[in-house]
Amino acid sequence: DGCSSLRLVLLECVGEENWVDSRTVYIGHKEPPPGAEAYIPQRYPDNRIVSSKYTFWNFIPKNLFEQFRRIANFYFLVIFLVQLIIDTPTSPVTSGLPLFFVITVTAIKQGYEDWLRHKADCSINECPVDVVQQGKVVRTQSHKLRVGDIVVVREDETFPCDLILLSSSRPDGTCYVTTTSLDGESSHKTYYAIPDTMAFRTEQEVDSLHATIECEQPQPDLYKFVGRINIYKDKEEPVARPLGAENLLLRGATLKNTQHIYAVAVYTGMETKMALNYQSKSQKRSAVEKSMNAFLIVYLCILISKAVINTVLKYAWQWSPDRDEPWYNHRTENERQRHVVIRAFTDFLAFMVLFNYIIPVSMYVTVEMQKFLGSYFISWDEEMFDEELGEGAQVNTSDLNEELGQVEYVFTDKTGTLTENNMEFIECCVDGNVYIPHAICNGQILSAASSIDMIDASPGGYRRDLFFRALCLCHTVQVKEEETVDGIKRGIHQGRPTSFYISSSPDEVALVEGMKRLGYTYLRLKDNYMEILNKDDEIERFELLHVLNFDSVRRRMSVIVKSSSGDYLLFCKGADSSIFPRVVSGKVEQVKARVEQNAVEGLRTLCVAYRRLSESEYEEACHHLMEAKLALQDREQRLAQAYDIIERNFVLLGATAVEDRLQEKAADTIESLHKAGMKVWVLTGDKMETAAATCYASKLFRRSTQILELTKKRTEEQNLHDVLFELNRTVLRQRSISGLSVDCLDFGLIIDGATLSAVLKPNQEGAGHGNYREIFLEICRNCSAVLCCRMAPLQKAQIVKLIKASKEHPITLAIGDGANDVSMILEAHVGIGIMGKEGRQAARNSDYAIPKFKHLKKMLLVHGHYYYIRIAELVQYFFYKNVCFIFPQFLYQFFCGFSQQPLYDTAYLTLYNISFTSLPILLYSLVEQHVSMETLRREPSLYRDIAKNSLLRWPVFLYWTCLGVFDAVVFFFGAYFLFDNTTFTSNGQMFGNWTFGTLIFTVLVFTVTLKLALDTHHWTWINHFVIWGSLLFYVIFSLLWGGIIWPFLNYQRMYYVFMQMLSSGPAWLSIILLITVSLLPDVIKKVLCRAMCPTATERAQVRCWHQLHLRLEVQIVLFLKLGCSCFSFSDF
Amino acid sequence: MMASSYSAKDEDGHITVSGPGGAALRNKKPENTAFKQQRLPAWQPILTAGTVLPAFFIIGLIFIPIGIGLYVTSNNIKEFEIDYTGDDVSSPCYNCAENFSWNSTKFCTCTIPFQLDQPYESNVFMYYGLSNFYQNHRRYVKSRDDSQLNGNMESLKYPSKECEPYAHSDNKPIAPCGAIANSMFNDTLELVYNDPNGTNVSISLVSTGIAWWTDKHVKFRNPGGSNANLSAVFQGTAKPVNWRRPVYELDADPENNGFINEDFIVWMRTAALPTFRKLYRIIQKKNNMAPTLPRGNYTLKVVYSILKATDLNSVIWMGKSAVSRIRFKFFQVR
Repeated sequence: DGCSSLRLVLLECVGEENWVDSRTVYIGHKEPPPGAEAYIPQRYPDNRIVSSKYTFWNFIPKNLFEQFRRIANFYFLVIFLVQLIIDTPTSPVTSGLPLFFVITVTAIKQGYEDWLRHKADCSINECPVDVVQQGKVVRTQSHKLRVGDIVVVREDETFPCDLILLSSSRPDGTCYVTTTSLDGESSHKTYYAIPDTMAFRTEQEVDSLHATIECEQPQPDLYKFVGRINIYKDKEEPVARPLGAENLLLRGATLKNTQHIYAVAVYTGMETKMALNYQSKSQKRSAVEKSMNAFLIVYLCILISKAVINTVLKYAWQWSPDRDEPWYNHRTENERQRHVVIRAFTDFLAFMVLFNYIIPVSMYVTVEMQKFLGSYFISWDEEMFDEELGEGAQVNTSDLNEELGQVEYVFTDKTGTLTENNMEFIECCVDGNVYIPHAICNGQILSAASSIDMIDASPGGYRRDLFFRALCLCHTVQVKEEETVDGIKRGIHQGRPTSFYISSSPDEVALVEGMKRLGYTYLRLKDNYMEILNKDDEIERFELLHVLNFDSVRRRMSVIVKSSSGDYLLFCKGADSSIFPRVVSGKVEQVKARVEQNAVEGLRTLCVAYRRLSESEYEEACHHLMEAKLALQDREQRLAQAYDIIERNFVLLGATAVEDRLQEKAADTIESLHKAGMKVWVLTGDKMETAAATCYASKLFRRSTQILELTKKRTEEQNLHDVLFELNRTVLRQRSISGLSVDCLDFGLIIDGATLSAVLKPNQEGAGHGNYREIFLEICRNCSAVLCCRMAPLQKAQIVKLIKASKEHPITLAIGDGANDVSMILEAHVGIGIMGKEGRQAARNSDYAIPKFKHLKKMLLVHGHYYYIRIAELVQYFFYKNVCFIFPQFLYQFFCGFSQQPLYDTAYLTLYNISFTSLPILLYSLVEQHVSMETLRREPSLYRDIAKNSLLRWPVFLYWTCLGVFDAVVFFFGAYFLFDNTTFTSNGQMFGNWTFGTLIFTVLVFTVTLKLALDTHHWTWINHFVIWGSLLFYVIFSLLWGGIIWPFLNYQRMYYVFMQMLSSGPAWLSIILLITVSLLPDVIKKVLCRAMCPTATERAQVRCWHQLHLRLEVQIVLFLKLGCSCFSFSDF
Repeated sequence: MMASSYSAKDEDGHITVSGPGGAALRNKKPENTAFKQQRLPAWQPILTAGTVLPAFFIIGLIFIPIGIGLYVTSNNIKEFEIDYTGDDVSSPCYNCAENFSWNSTKFCTCTIPFQLDQPYESNVFMYYGLSNFYQNHRRYVKSRDDSQLNGNMESLKYPSKECEPYAHSDNKPIAPCGAIANSMFNDTLELVYNDPNGTNVSISLVSTGIAWWTDKHVKFRNPGGSNANLSAVFQGTAKPVNWRRPVYELDADPENNGFINEDFIVWMRTAALPTFRKLYRIIQKKNNMAPTLPRGNYTLKVVYSILKATDLNSVIWMGKSAVSRIRFKFFQVR
């Protein structure tokens, strides 16, 4: 803010003409006439697109830098360097090799991808583009385009950079464009040429243009652009025209239904909006990741304390010199001369290196892989595919998969999310008289004639006709004449291929269609004239002078037209709250009553008003608008001011009612979410009554729900403080009662935007009243459903933020379909976009996008649940297996004089996490299903079992760690006693320390893998393959590793160790025994927990299991019976 | 495996520039395969008391015969252990241990009489055991050169630096180098049966077959092949400082001399724990009639000469505080 205000001050000092952050584009590189303006040649990048990250020269350093920024790689690097510098127990190869492997493979992959990108860049940069130079079309390469070039683009070509439309082959100066590759919206959008240049037809004409464009510096918002064009005509003052987003053709968009256009380049290369838009969004982190990091810190502490303990013990033990340096084991002279502190520090580092595997570095790799691969199951899900839309669920980030299983609060938009956003015109009310177009009969809309009868039957007159005209004129609907248009068809008229309406707002289409059925047909916009076919089949023409576009703050839109009789008329339609205060006459009471009645029925209402403008009033309005539109700074704000001045003193005409049906299964979904323990909040900009009706219909509120109201109406009667406290008391009283009874009453809260901002406002009255925020949260906590109506987009995000920051820190999910939901989608822990009819912005900014609201159920209850239990097991298992791995090594130090002697061979140390135990857990975490999908969907309450990160809480973590320690103790001391007391082989030969380690390692690998097998509930062939396969791989590897004298190794310590071990009967027995003993406590714990206090999930598992067996039994019985009857028949 | 997915996500959000012509509208209907829809047929076991208890029962049943078998076997194992460390005044080896002079070239022999109450019927294994001897110390474990032991001539001349400080002596490379070899156990143990009729019968101890076959035949090799003249091959190398004899004089049998001497190989397989046993000799059963070691009186003769420490500055290895106890054990497996 400080920055911008400073800039403002600067601006005012320098004068308005010299904007700091604007650019001047000289069209066709022609200098303006002398004296008009100083010619300041500005330097812009050329139109080269560089999507590649590296060049040939910086690839190695840059790529290495990028890779070592990852914690896992960096950890490896540090360990590796320590191993290189000091004399460590394990060779640098143990960490160097995996590191080198990872780095190289990643580098090769990234290098290859970058090479592909270079190639793609090249082909894009070199693709031909037609440029007008000296009145001729010259073909050049795309990357040679410069700002100011005039470009010719033909139909179905993609724009090579961001362009300002000068003229088009269409006579009205418009062109159609699809932005599918930019934002996914496949509808055709109309762009407009500058009126002064739209008449240009030939290159020569275009080239004769002498003008400059001033516009803002590039910024990533696709839907915003401010600029102006100054056109110089000989010796005259330059003509200035405003430029907006409707004049700017974006790179990446495609020209449709227009033969060719002339346009001038304003942003090129990496400054185009498309290039600016591909910067990554801020990262959201899941709760699982947070607990993972917490666990990691604990393990780091364990690692360090282990190293410290061992170092201290080492020096305590070595106090007597014959232990430090016994006669058979001398130091070298060098080592002897080293200072004791340095030696101790080196020892500490060596212990760190020896135990470093306790930090499951490979966990990061596996988790990333699991998330990345696992997210495919969402996009592959056939049930989440919508035939109508032709699209399935879409995963924009795979970081949050498991967060889907942790959601506690669901914030949902109403229109387009809960409802279809498929509007149908129901009725309109003019001056208290209600008009209903004829309903659909047999799926066919009756011809207009029959509805006209009805209108004629009712009293009416000038006002009524004006109302209908107002609705026919006050909109931004386009008429499409073609029968087929790519993408979604809106407002299709069956059997009438000639024309249909297209708009970004379904309400408008519904209204215009409704008017059509009432006898007033909007035909088209031609040369700025809107044509209407009135009920007498006469064409009326209105000149469209200005459109005051809709925005969600104003909540209304207006048009200014000039009728054929020369009257200036301002028509305005908008939400009742934004119209009524501006109305000066009209039958306000009747209309208001009707509007409220409709709202209660859940219909969307709009009010229509008009104002007759005199010539001078019109001029003034024009002046205001032009001034605002030409401004480069704060244009939005100025426009809003101008609109505010113009849109007043209305005469109320009437109101409309449009129905928006609920999406299919919306109620079922909400009910499931409730059962799953989620609190569902509906945040909508709609009126309270409409929204409440929808909430009842969608079962958000049930008949039994006690509704608490916190609305403006109520706070006007009492003050906010009292209302809040009263509600709080109600809620608390109920809770104390329901503490006894099981079937408690649930509460629903309705709050509106105005009250909400009052609640959230920091309390100025001092500490006496306490904080409203807390009381409000307390109330909300006890309500199962909350409806927030009349919300501005930013307020939606505020609510989400408020709940996120409350003291339980619940996980929130926001779901919406429109641009107004983007802020809340970005704010919530998980943002879900619905691929709706109001564009793709929500879907683009979301973490996951689904076609319909009903898919949320499967997304959360099935996918979320699965992902959560999978990743939770993955994380816990990783820590467990590394404890099992390293703890014996720790114990061994007590028996080898704290000399950092590794227990396992280097190969085992290196490969344990990489290959012996990695695949089973990865595949487990991809395919595990502890209960079937059907069960999860049927019993949403199972979701509560995993709420609050229940599988990754400290007690569970402690259990796993203790289990790991127990297993490690069993492995080590089992092997210890066997080695101490037994002769292993029948020929009396003895085993050495490597056999000892190998025995422990074998038990370890088998135990750890079998532990996973015990945890696996869903044995597909993949699990079988991977679990048994990895055990087999371990055996084969060990046979191979010990079977050959490896020439490149300078030691042969593993030679025949594994085979000798296998040749010994006692070794086999001890392996089996130790595995059994290690697995036993976990099995017992599982059985006991299941028997004593089964969770809902476990009960469901048992139920399923019984059903399955019952079914099997029935089948067997049937089969037997059949067999018997066959027998008896044959006997007969 | 690690890397492949590692950065997959990284590239996800990266710029993908579509060329002119734009992306074709795609029909993205997911495939209806069992894998993609997560509907692979699966076996879904659950651990309930009902399933686990029978499993326990069965596993228990399997373990019972194994246990019985092991119990019977272990009862048939007879062990007899003699401690000849000599740290006790009453011990016959006390004098040897006390009067052991570091620079003496004389062998000190002590005789320990003992009695076997039961006959040892089949093959008897003789072990020596050491306590508090950290063969598993890291500095010790790595102090060897496997390539030298494998007969590599290069390594014979230039031993690995892992062998330091036992790599060179008098500017000559030590063969076999390293701390392990240097501290090799070479007490000589003899066993005499005092026949009741008065004669003393020396029992033949077999010194082959005590090391792993693969060690003796593959991992350990004399330099210059099996038929070479060992003293010539080892010309220019020094014996380990603690040894009395060079490596090529360990045994008269050429098949058991040099690096492939089995006592040496056994010692070179470092023990896992500081208290350990190593196979010393095998007493083979002669015929089916007589027991290998009949009941009666025996004498163990220990030539207490080995482990001569030449470095006088070093600590007394058999001092009172850190004792490496030498045990001698009979062991018989039926």
